[in-house]
Amino acid sequence: MLVQTHSHSETLAPARPVAALSAILLGFALLLVVGFAPLAEIHNTTHDTRHANGFPCH
Amino acid sequence: MFKQIVFSSVLAGIAAALLLSVLQIFWVTPLILQAETYEVAAEAVAHGHTADDHAHDETAWQPEDGWQRTLSTISSNILMASAFALMLAGAYALRKPPCIRQGLAWGLAGYAVFFAAPSLGLPPDLPGTAAAEVMARQVWWLGTALATALGLGLLFLQSRWPLRATGILVLLIPHLLGAPQPEIAGSLAPEILQTQFRWVSALTNAVFWMALGVSSSLTFNRMQNKP
Repeated sequence: MLVQTHSHSETLAPARPVAALSAILLGFALLLVVGFAPLAEIHNTTHDTRHANGFPCH
Repeated sequence: MFKQIVFSSVLAGIAAALLLSVLQIFWVTPLILQAETYEVAAEAVAHGHTADDHAHDETAWQPEDGWQRTLSTISSNILMASAFALMLAGAYALRKPPCIRQGLAWGLAGYAVFFAAPSLGLPPDLPGTAAAEVMARQVWWLGTALATALGLGLLFLQSRWPLRATGILVLLIPHLLGAPQPEIAGSLAPEILQTQFRWVSALTNAVFWMALGVSSSLTFNRMQNKP
């Protein structure tokens, strides 16, 4: 961030943490779908991924 | 900013997931398939009522063995890797753009949070392994990942000693509480297969997380340099 011009970093300042936290939340939601969703079709599709990467599976 | 984070994360996720998928196809999936032969045999004997009440819903769609199943797993791996990459990129944006070495360190932290720490209480299991109720395990798994992330953050991302000590405590709490265990432990697959599966899972995930840390730091920095 230090290399950016003053005006640039000012416009980015509020957007940055919001974008960062949104990305983390989106990632977490996606993780819940892939690794944890109980729906049978999702479970069957992700079955081997869940087992191979240590998610709790059936 | 958000769009750029998403784009760079998906790119890094795809790269690391493809590497993971190749490793899994050769080393991990054959063990899962082998374990399922014991499971199928046991189910045939018990007419579908195994002791651990296997949750495969017979009526629900499931990919056929072969290319359907392989494609399902590769897609799932890509989604999973993108999810992890999004969380890493979010951390990069909150902190600072990492060099490759720092990206590798973030990857190892991800391995600790999302694989190593949960595995201490709930090691990766082959199909047909007795286990506690799935919901209880999922809650412990997620709680452990969260506690490990918080603990590592307190330990490494700030320098006040009382908070560092708190970080160590937070890291230990889930393991002091203990993971939910089945009343009677047991596995349909032989013990040696289970051990082998745990080792290859641990190794392939370590390689995957290092690749994801490096690739996500590279794509994040490239995205940063573009206006």
